[in-house]
Amino acid sequence: MMLLADTYPAWSWNLVADLRQMWAFPFMVNAFRAGTVVAVAAGVMGWFMVLRRQSFAGHTLAVVGFPGAAGATLIGVSATYGYFAFCLAAALVIAAIPRAGRSSGGQESALTGAIQAFLLACGFLFTALYQGLLGGVTSLLFGSFLGITTAQVWVLAAVAAAVLATLTVIGRPLLFSSVDPDVAAGRGVPVRLLSTVFLVLLGAAAAEASQITGTLLVFALLVMPAATAQTLTARPSLSLALSVLIALAVTWLGLIAAYYSPYPIGFYVTTLAFAAYVLARLGRAAGQGLPRLVPVRGAS
Amino acid sequence: MTVKPTARVREASQQTDPQRSPAPARSPSGTVVSLRDAAVRVSGRTLWSGVELDVGAGEFVAVLGPNGVGKSTLVKVLLGVLPTAAGEVRVLGEQPGQAGQRVGYLPQRRSFDASLRMRGTDIVRLGWDGDRWGVPLPGRFGARRKAAARRIAEVIELVGAASYAHRPIGQCSGGEQQRLLIAQALVRRPELLLLDEPLDSLDLPNQAAVAALVGRICREEGVTVIMVAHDVNPILSRLDRVVYLAEGGAVSGAPEEVITSETLSRLYGTPIEVLRTSDGRLVVVGQPEAPAIHSDRHAAPGAGEGKP
Repeated sequence: MMLLADTYPAWSWNLVADLRQMWAFPFMVNAFRAGTVVAVAAGVMGWFMVLRRQSFAGHTLAVVGFPGAAGATLIGVSATYGYFAFCLAAALVIAAIPRAGRSSGGQESALTGAIQAFLLACGFLFTALYQGLLGGVTSLLFGSFLGITTAQVWVLAAVAAAVLATLTVIGRPLLFSSVDPDVAAGRGVPVRLLSTVFLVLLGAAAAEASQITGTLLVFALLVMPAATAQTLTARPSLSLALSVLIALAVTWLGLIAAYYSPYPIGFYVTTLAFAAYVLARLGRAAGQGLPRLVPVRGAS
Repeated sequence: MTVKPTARVREASQQTDPQRSPAPARSPSGTVVSLRDAAVRVSGRTLWSGVELDVGAGEFVAVLGPNGVGKSTLVKVLLGVLPTAAGEVRVLGEQPGQAGQRVGYLPQRRSFDASLRMRGTDIVRLGWDGDRWGVPLPGRFGARRKAAARRIAEVIELVGAASYAHRPIGQCSGGEQQRLLIAQALVRRPELLLLDEPLDSLDLPNQAAVAALVGRICREEGVTVIMVAHDVNPILSRLDRVVYLAEGGAVSGAPEEVITSETLSRLYGTPIEVLRTSDGRLVVVGQPEAPAIHSDRHAAPGAGEGKP
């Protein structure tokens, strides 16, 4: 029987050597590839989600990935397909909930919550039906970086590319209709259609992120990097870039930490993202206490 | 109510106000908005019908009436967001919604969420290119980007928002947000500006200042302004025309022609009294189901027709 210290490789503080050691294992290479793809997609989609105040919808979309993955395992196909099938279907259902303006946001939350609770219960049933999955439940809920296949990486990359390409095309009108739906509609922007497209993209991003962080900790990649970036700056392009950078940083650091320690990746990614968010809030609170230098133009 | 006093009042106003508008507003070719026997139904209820209206280029027009009569609905019809149930509507010579960037719009609104992390300039910029698909290309489109930045800075200067346009908009005051939103509506140089209760929820000094700003934009930039208003007094001295909406139709004309006990009583089919205070403000009493026009201490120096 091996000692714990022997089970987990030692961190040498030589980053190049450490990365080389990790990347000697194909499963770690795939984990880094998948993590990078997921972090970029989640960073961008999360930024729009936080701006649109649709975090709850995003959470629901992520959570329904759990019954999807459990059901897929039950019928013997890859969990990846289960994640995407359920997340995209849930996105269409949430988008179909009629809402007349912002006043009905409460009803939307209630319906979304009802869907979430029901599907979570279905996931529990699926795991109960599939006796052998018991050890897998934790990794479905809280994430795992083990056993990501090259085929899975390709699926993730293809979906992320489709999501980002769509977002590139609809980005500006989506931003307009997120911030100012009435004016955007007056300018001929199809606000309702964009909202549906956005939810479908968010479903895809949530399904992706779920596979690294688990369905319960998906906020680590969808919400926290974006919220941190938007706390740090009010410039849209800069905060979007920051959101991606933070998502990438926490994913890579989380993967490294999880490789060199016995604790799960979901914990590390979430904790790092949370730390970044707390620091950003504290930094801004401190900054607001000080007199600020602002450019003054024109007579006042 | 099927009487249409509209035409009569319009004739009356045309006879009485040649001195009112220096702009070449009244020529038929300069018609910016026209409604012919227009009617609107919202969820099965007819809000108004038989509305006849012509708005000339460069005019400053206020849309008035009690709550729920469909003033905002009129703006949405002009935007092409809501269809009409009957009649014909033309905006800048086209079907509503076809004039695109030639129409600027400021919706009735509360304010931006205080936690929204977007600067005022970003909000104005959305008015410039927020409806375009794809991403702005760098490099050879640098000139276009410079032109955009110049126009945005110019319009922010025009509304006097330069000192706070770099702040997150959620942290700006109501008046500051309203100025930035007017800048957003103006940034594409529209010929027609549709403003839905822009003075609502502003304090009195800000009401006067925003009213002055809109009046200045109308006169100096030559933009036709149609403003839905709850209270006519802050803008009374700057108006060319008012439109009173009612279920059976609308009356339009010069303020002193329309805002009278006789015209409004006839339009709404109920006794209505218009009182004039000593400093020229108008108070409408007995308007159906409305808190009516309440007073405001706007008094611009050298104000015109509303004054005794």
